[in-house]
Amino acid sequence: MNFSEVFKQSNHLCKVSPDGKYLATCVQYRLVVRDLSTLQILQLYTCLDQVSHMEWSSDSLFILCAMYKRGLVQVWSLEQPDWHCKIDEGSIGLVSSRWSPDGRHILNTTEFHLRITVWSLCTKAVSYIKYPKACQKGIDFSRDGCYMALAERRDCKDYVSIFVCDDWHLLRHFETETQDLAGLEWSPNGCVLAVWDSCLEYKVLLYSLDGRLLSTYCAYEWSLGVKSVSWSPSSQFLAIGSYDEKVRILNNITWKKIVQFEHPATIDNTKAIVYKEVDRRPAVVSDELSLHNITMGSTLFSTQSKYEICPLPVQIPVVKPEPDRANPKIGVSVLAFSSDSRYLATKNDNMATAVWVWDMQKMSLDTVLEHTSAVRCVMWDPRRPRLALCTGNSKLYLWSPGGCVSVQVPAEGSFQVQSLKWHCSGDSVILLGKDQLCLCYMDTDYEEK
Amino acid sequence: MGEWRATNAYMEGPDISSISHVTLSPSRHNHVPGYSLPLSRSSYSVISAFCTEDNVPQSISYLNQELAVLGLSMCIEASSAEGASLKAVPVLNTMYELLQINKRNMCALEEMEKEQLKKLSTLEHIQISNSRLKDQLELSMREKSGLHETERQLQLKIKTLQSCLKTEKEEVQKLQSIIASRASQYSHDAKRKEREAAKLKERLSQLLVDRKERKLAIDVLNSLGRSDGKRSMWKTAKLSASHESEMYKTLLGDYETSRKALILENAELKKVLQQMKKEMMHILAPRQQSTSGATAADDSQEQVESDEEKAGNTSREAFDHSCELAREQLLNSIRQQWRKLRNHVEKLDQVSQVHNQMESNKETIPLETHEDEMERMRQEVQQCREFIHAQQQLLQQQLNTSFDDETAALLNDCYTLEEKERLKEEWKLFEEQKKNFEKERKNFTEAAIRLGREKMSFEEDRAAWLKNHFLNATPFANRRRYSSSDGQSALSVRSEPEVRMSSAKAKRSKSPTYTTFSTPKPSRSSPVPSTTELYRTLRLLPDGSCSKHSNRGRWLETSTVEEGHPQIKSNLQARAGEMSIFTFGEDHSVT
Repeated sequence: MNFSEVFKQSNHLCKVSPDGKYLATCVQYRLVVRDLSTLQILQLYTCLDQVSHMEWSSDSLFILCAMYKRGLVQVWSLEQPDWHCKIDEGSIGLVSSRWSPDGRHILNTTEFHLRITVWSLCTKAVSYIKYPKACQKGIDFSRDGCYMALAERRDCKDYVSIFVCDDWHLLRHFETETQDLAGLEWSPNGCVLAVWDSCLEYKVLLYSLDGRLLSTYCAYEWSLGVKSVSWSPSSQFLAIGSYDEKVRILNNITWKKIVQFEHPATIDNTKAIVYKEVDRRPAVVSDELSLHNITMGSTLFSTQSKYEICPLPVQIPVVKPEPDRANPKIGVSVLAFSSDSRYLATKNDNMATAVWVWDMQKMSLDTVLEHTSAVRCVMWDPRRPRLALCTGNSKLYLWSPGGCVSVQVPAEGSFQVQSLKWHCSGDSVILLGKDQLCLCYMDTDYEEK
Repeated sequence: MGEWRATNAYMEGPDISSISHVTLSPSRHNHVPGYSLPLSRSSYSVISAFCTEDNVPQSISYLNQELAVLGLSMCIEASSAEGASLKAVPVLNTMYELLQINKRNMCALEEMEKEQLKKLSTLEHIQISNSRLKDQLELSMREKSGLHETERQLQLKIKTLQSCLKTEKEEVQKLQSIIASRASQYSHDAKRKEREAAKLKERLSQLLVDRKERKLAIDVLNSLGRSDGKRSMWKTAKLSASHESEMYKTLLGDYETSRKALILENAELKKVLQQMKKEMMHILAPRQQSTSGATAADDSQEQVESDEEKAGNTSREAFDHSCELAREQLLNSIRQQWRKLRNHVEKLDQVSQVHNQMESNKETIPLETHEDEMERMRQEVQQCREFIHAQQQLLQQQLNTSFDDETAALLNDCYTLEEKERLKEEWKLFEEQKKNFEKERKNFTEAAIRLGREKMSFEEDRAAWLKNHFLNATPFANRRRYSSSDGQSALSVRSEPEVRMSSAKAKRSKSPTYTTFSTPKPSRSSPVPSTTELYRTLRLLPDGSCSKHSNRGRWLETSTVEEGHPQIKSNLQARAGEMSIFTFGEDHSVT
């Protein structure tokens, strides 16, 4: 495992192009594009203001930089550096900007969710979509880029509009049976749309592409409901994490619950393995310290740690949420399927130090990873069943079915990993600190052999 | 007579009082006349008060009267007219009679007294028991009252609790109604606010459109071509229709794929069902023939079999046109066969149990004798020890005594030598016995072990037999083809053929400067397939088989990661790939 040197970035704006060749980072108002193999700077663009959002187009040819404060969007071309495009949303304001799947249209959401403006880079045409709903996830493109589902709110009722992304033709428009729609998500095969209600009511609705209601699922009533929803990459399972600290898995044929994963504070499932991160303070004598302080430098003050297998039963530390606060820190907020749909990683918010990995073939708990601090980000390798996570300290944690490891990031100064992103090939991970980034290369030679 | 006696007493009263020294008041005499007679009698020897010279005939007549009253026929007669003397014989007779009567009376009295004593004691006893019972009664009464009290208290408690519950329920209801009203109020308000917000938004957008100081604009150097290279088309009805058809096409495609997957799965399941059924028939047929008295069942089975044959032959067509019928038949026959199989297995279990019992019986008999033998030998050993001890003591004594007298010691030396010799002999004997005993014990333990092994091997044989039948039954060899092809079914997770494991550990070693600590996963030994697993496979639940596969993969992984030989790993993986997923027998032998 090797690490690159540290680069600057701001706002965690750092993205790898979809083809995996380039790395774009924003530093204040500058956009830097590097070649990922050499890390040489290829292009440097200067935006009009500090960039608040940056996104690659699907064909890796253009980069969108949005400056929400100014209501501006600038688009840069990688092939033609002198080509430029600037979209001004005017005084109506801008809260969100994104590419359409074809990479030729930009969808801007205005302030107060007044409307969504669709700008075409081909024809300079502009069209509006009215009444978009301000919610957790109100817009979703199908994986193949053909359709866009949009949550709308008119007359105190929730609607879903399905557009053909090709020419923004409204394909379907239907009312949903939700009190207050919170989000929608296409199944990876693009044929089923999952729609869920806000946390006040546990309700998940499944619509077919043509707007037919396929099924409704409600696990319980009266208490806080759905917190997170995720499709398995194979479209076979729909995982629903809720405030009752459980994950329910629905199947794609009957849309009934197959299994329910609970997150107990005491783990006594003998089939599960519990890895616990254990601090290991470096026992350095003072004179040794003076000898090594040049070489060890940064790692000296940070504690080293390792995973240890805990004998069962294990008690996971639980933080009791305050009952009189809104959005209580309880329930399953993170649901992530591995790329082969074999594993599901979850995080329960009142046990923030633990990540649970479930085996989807055995439908049982496989591993629990317990850390010394709260887990910030959990990401699966896009190619292999390999999980990377960070807890806001200077370590990167990796899990695979064969075992797990914690790696100290050897950056100078304090490099606190707050977020991470996998390269699409699964060969490297981008570690994002507060205003820095660092690449971590996984060894690939054994695979080549 | 009483009256008479009374008068008589009155009459004699002054005489008595005057003569006797006993000063008794006349009233007392009156009241207790019974006492007067013995008193007078005792005093008779001293002074004759009853009969004097003057009143002999009167007294005689009186006595006669008295005797008559007593029911004695004899009468005293005076021998002479003056009555100075009496005829001796009747007097004596009466005397004797009287004495008899007296004696009898005395006896009766004594008995009565005894009786009374007894009665008194029983009375006393009864009184005591009575008092005790009274005490008990009192105690129980007290207890009862106490219990009553507690009951009352409990009742009270229940009442209060019930009232509490009631109030709580009311409270809950109230709260629920409050919640409901608040919810409705909230939703109403939310709607109102939302409407207002919508209105405001409308107005805002209107205003923004009206205000034209900073217009929204796009500034592009030169327009781009479409990503697909085509030119955009006009929006026409034709286009929308094409969109519709496109959508339905994708939907259809999805349904098609899911249908295909389902058909595949269904076919597989059917195949397994068929195979299972055949195998079952195969297993059951010889047994049923062997068992006499099951001819009827045999017939029915044959019929079923023939039915099955037909169904099997025509299954291809049956699946096509009369799917329902075929399924019905198949299911029914399978159910029948299953029942038979279950019965058979149950029988086998019973038989094996009986067998086990017999075995255990066989085992226990020698064990008992073994115990006996042990006991006997122990006793012998004990005896020998005692002998030795006694002899040692004797020797010691002799030594002690002979210590004083050396010559005697010299004389005794030969004795002690003799004794020693004898002792040695006995010791040898004892040793031999001990050895024999040890040998026997060993034999016994060996026999016990052997028995255990035999038992185990029997069990294993049985398991293997059962397993073989099951495994021959299942068409798992065919299964692999399906699993390696698309194989994405509703029940099985689509998994990569080779679950690649982390290279983290191997990589770590390459990291030159940084210390990492990895904890390899403990390799789980894959267990011997149990019956539940067999059932799982029979029902074609994927998890068991997949878990097997993955376990092996994991094992390979960990081992190779530890050894760090990628080539070996690839070889092993290739082998693992070759092995079919569902071959339990091989799997078992590998792991």
